[in-house]
Amino acid sequence: MAIPVQPIESPFRRRARGLGRAVGPIREARGFPRLMLYIGAGITLLFVLLALLAPVISPYDFDQYQSGGHRFPQLASPSSGHWMGTTVQSTDVMSRVIWGAQTELKVVFISLVFAITVGVPLGLLSGYFGGKLDRGLVLVMDALYAFPYLLLAIVIAFLLSNSIGKGVLTAAIAISATYVPLYFRVVRNQVIALREESYVEAARALGAKPLTIIRKYVFHNVVQNVPPIATLNAADAILLLTALGFLGYGIQPTDAAEWGYDSSRAVSDAASGIWWTALFPGIAIVLLVTGLTLVGEGLNETMNPVLRRRRVQRVNFDQEPEPPIVEAVEGS
Amino acid sequence: MSDAPVLSVRDLRVHYGTVRGTVRAVDRVSFDIGAAEVLGLVGESGCGKSTLGRGVLGLLPEGAASDGQVLYGGRNLVGLSPRQLSGLRGPELGLIFQEPMTRLNPLLRIEDHFKETLEQHEPQLTEREIRQRSLETLGRVGIPPTRFRQYPHEFSGGMRQRIMIALALVLRPKLLVADEPTTSLDVIVEAQILAILADLKRNFGTALLLITHNLGIIAEACDRVAVMYAGKIVEDGPARDVFADPAHPYTRELLRSTISLETTELHSIPGAPPNLIDPPAGCHFHPRCPDVMRVCSWKQPIDVAPGPDRRVQCWLHGPEAEIPPGEAAGLEREEIAVADEA
Amino acid sequence: MPTKPDAEPLVSVRNLKTYYSIRGSFGDRLVGREAGQVKAVDDVSFDLRKGEVLGLVGESGSGKTTLGRTLLGLVRATDGSVMFEGRDITKLSERELRAHRRRMQIVFQDPHASLNPAMTIGDAVGHPLRIHGLVQGRDQMRRRVAEALEIVGLSPAEQFLDKYPSDLSGGQKQRAVIARAVILNPVLLVADEPVSMLDMSVRAKILELMLNLKHEFDLSYLYITHDLATAKFFCDRIAILYLGRIVEIGPSAAIYEEPKHPYTQALLRAIPEPDPLRTVPRDLPRGEVPDAARPPRGCSFHPRCPRAFEICGWETRDLRDLLEAHWARTGAEEYEAERPLFGDLDSLSASNGVAVRVPARAGATGGDLLAILERVRADEPDEPFWKGVRAMHAGADALEIEWNEAREPRLVASGPVEVECHLYG
Repeated sequence: MAIPVQPIESPFRRRARGLGRAVGPIREARGFPRLMLYIGAGITLLFVLLALLAPVISPYDFDQYQSGGHRFPQLASPSSGHWMGTTVQSTDVMSRVIWGAQTELKVVFISLVFAITVGVPLGLLSGYFGGKLDRGLVLVMDALYAFPYLLLAIVIAFLLSNSIGKGVLTAAIAISATYVPLYFRVVRNQVIALREESYVEAARALGAKPLTIIRKYVFHNVVQNVPPIATLNAADAILLLTALGFLGYGIQPTDAAEWGYDSSRAVSDAASGIWWTALFPGIAIVLLVTGLTLVGEGLNETMNPVLRRRRVQRVNFDQEPEPPIVEAVEGS
Repeated sequence: MSDAPVLSVRDLRVHYGTVRGTVRAVDRVSFDIGAAEVLGLVGESGCGKSTLGRGVLGLLPEGAASDGQVLYGGRNLVGLSPRQLSGLRGPELGLIFQEPMTRLNPLLRIEDHFKETLEQHEPQLTEREIRQRSLETLGRVGIPPTRFRQYPHEFSGGMRQRIMIALALVLRPKLLVADEPTTSLDVIVEAQILAILADLKRNFGTALLLITHNLGIIAEACDRVAVMYAGKIVEDGPARDVFADPAHPYTRELLRSTISLETTELHSIPGAPPNLIDPPAGCHFHPRCPDVMRVCSWKQPIDVAPGPDRRVQCWLHGPEAEIPPGEAAGLEREEIAVADEA
Repeated sequence: MPTKPDAEPLVSVRNLKTYYSIRGSFGDRLVGREAGQVKAVDDVSFDLRKGEVLGLVGESGSGKTTLGRTLLGLVRATDGSVMFEGRDITKLSERELRAHRRRMQIVFQDPHASLNPAMTIGDAVGHPLRIHGLVQGRDQMRRRVAEALEIVGLSPAEQFLDKYPSDLSGGQKQRAVIARAVILNPVLLVADEPVSMLDMSVRAKILELMLNLKHEFDLSYLYITHDLATAKFFCDRIAILYLGRIVEIGPSAAIYEEPKHPYTQALLRAIPEPDPLRTVPRDLPRGEVPDAARPPRGCSFHPRCPRAFEICGWETRDLRDLLEAHWARTGAEEYEAERPLFGDLDSLSASNGVAVRVPARAGATGGDLLAILERVRADEPDEPFWKGVRAMHAGADALEIEWNEAREPRLVASGPVEVECHLYG
């Protein structure tokens, strides 16, 4: 029996529709979560733009200490030439802040990608298959998790710096190593819960191979949790990176501008009453971290089905027509 | 048995607002429950019966509002403040749910559950009296005193439901609302629990509003039955009479659809129950009704008494005076699109 | 209604056992010691013939769900065999099993949980085709899926292909699940409570659909349920399960007309009938299905059976049950007076089948305990418990109770059915 079937949807449209469904709850968000989401997104977007457009926006290069033959003044307070002043090395603070945004976001992005690509698959496999693999991985991950994460990052950065130097890659790997256990854990726990669901058992009954089941039946339902965690994670990673920079284990100052490093240099300035070298990088850190946190919390509140609150309308009884008042009579 | 009803509901409405519109979960419902009477409220999923059961006790979901009268002891419960309501719930009005674990605290022994309840609502009782009352009530529902000091997780589902019933009854309420109390239980345990509920009036003098989707339970355990469809009570009356001679087509079709040991042929109702935001115009059941008339599609039926002590909302039973001429003719029922089948 | 059976049964189950081990206390787990076993399926044998509908009826703890899954290889059997199309399913590896999945499928109980919320109906129903490589390209798959959807009544199929499960009603979801199960043309369909979560007016539609499919595709069903009413309508033969064992099995008509096992009789009596002239049955077995980890001695049903007698398997736990029922009946005062005399009741929970020595406490003598028990007997002389007691001796500080010898019941033929009950042989 030939049944006329609609022409096939292109894969693009299907994916777009799927994405639309995933994003649906965000559109429905109201009230405080929505506010958080928009403000956070705005701030983050601002920094992303700064990072992307640094070569264009920034007045000077991040390590530029002279221009047109003239050396910049040292530790000059904010002025029309240097809106945020200069440092002891005569570099422009504002330029370093803008270029620093690029550094921060670059490192954090790479490290997040690393952490997710390692943590999520391991969590999936470990949660689904269980057994010795699971026990071994959990042991390793819990040990990593228990380690004070700053210390862990320092150790890894130190070890790596011997082989690949102290650049962006080193910092990214060091940071991602501390976050792999987080994704592993979250994904693994979700998978263990989902493993018992009827539809996963149904997939087994259909004869699907374990990897197919993981891919089609488990992954989609687990991956929804990742964006909120990733954004909160990014906020945390910024702090970790700047901490590394502050302690001197982060990025080499000759490679790129980094807010944490600048802050550590600014410590000695503070005693002399010089405030601009510390304040502006500091504000940048606070703003970016706050922005990312707001996005993360906003996403959590809107997408997490447990926290999500449906928008509720007020009920108005007077709008309905009154039914005719009739005495109940003996029916025929 | 006194004549005054224990609970009198008049024109109750419970609506709640959603993004897609107002859900009319309970749409002008009126009924009475007599003292020590068992009233069964039957309907399929989505008809509003659970909302009605809770709405009567003032337990409304978030964003819901109620209107109308729920008269108990001379007061209208609809207007009361939450504090006044919670003072009534317990000693006067009890409630048991489908899932017994919802009210049992896993960290407290059964003994402590009873102590807490009795100390709060009857503070004049001595410890000995509390213990005696608790053990006696538990004994009536078949829980031995040897298990008084155990924790909820040490009991099976059926026993937890008995404990819930005992907890509700230890305060000797006048009315107990049971919302699908046996739906999650096995069939023999279900019959045991129903026996306890059916005996409430004899043992405790408590009236019972039994909410369920199972017509067999209604037939065996209830004195009266109210049939609910799309937020309205379409028929009510003594169980014996309604089952023997159903007045509303929905009741009749529902009875025919129920599969029992006597079933020889499968029967179902075409179509699906309507959503409560935008139900069909006129009589909500008309698109699925085998006896639909023209008036049914645009005019809502009125309460009529087809027999003593019975009520039905259906144009088949009149009143003739309200049906415009020519509208009593049968209506061609539109083919229910297969896509709209349940 | 039963089609002509083939000579060779489609499925042959022999002595099937599925046991789960229980994790014990923390100390046990540390040492790796097992704390016990739950015999979910305990030595079950039956045949399923082609074109037949066999019902597995039981309450929770009966093992019916585990049995269904063991048959399909979703759960590993501990012992025994399941012969399906010439091969023993229990001995196949997971990989070898996958090839067989085309021939046997399952429909689950909860329509809301059986469909992947992240897949469209078209993808979900078509997935088995892709798994087994039966279609080339999306076009062909969509056509096959549309056909299957039309067959189960989800019509017009185009409307449903791109919908997600959350857009469908319960009945529609169940139809989609059935479509997914039959799209591979299996010969055996295991239906695990397919209609128990649906409304009354919808159940008939799904059952009708399943019957139509059976006739059209010559399917054989294993229908798992606790609802004897739908089972009566749907099944050719019925097996009643209690605590992992088949207690009665035979043609549907025979079981309903003349149920032999007291448990079957109780199940039939307990079903609520929409007949207002009936009242709630009062003569039901007391208590509930016991803990599967520690089944009663002898016949598992004896503690609740109204017709139990000498050899049904009496033991110490029954004494405790008797006392508890007595105290629930008589009230707080008698309980407070009598309870201390028996001392620690938990020791009475040990399963000792030959004799039990009940120490008397609180200054009482064995004679006092005997007096209490005699009072209990006088209250309810018909209690089957007393048939199990061979003798009682009152000592100075204890009461000795001798039990009658217990015998394990076995399935025996009784007319057209087989019953596992001492009343019949």
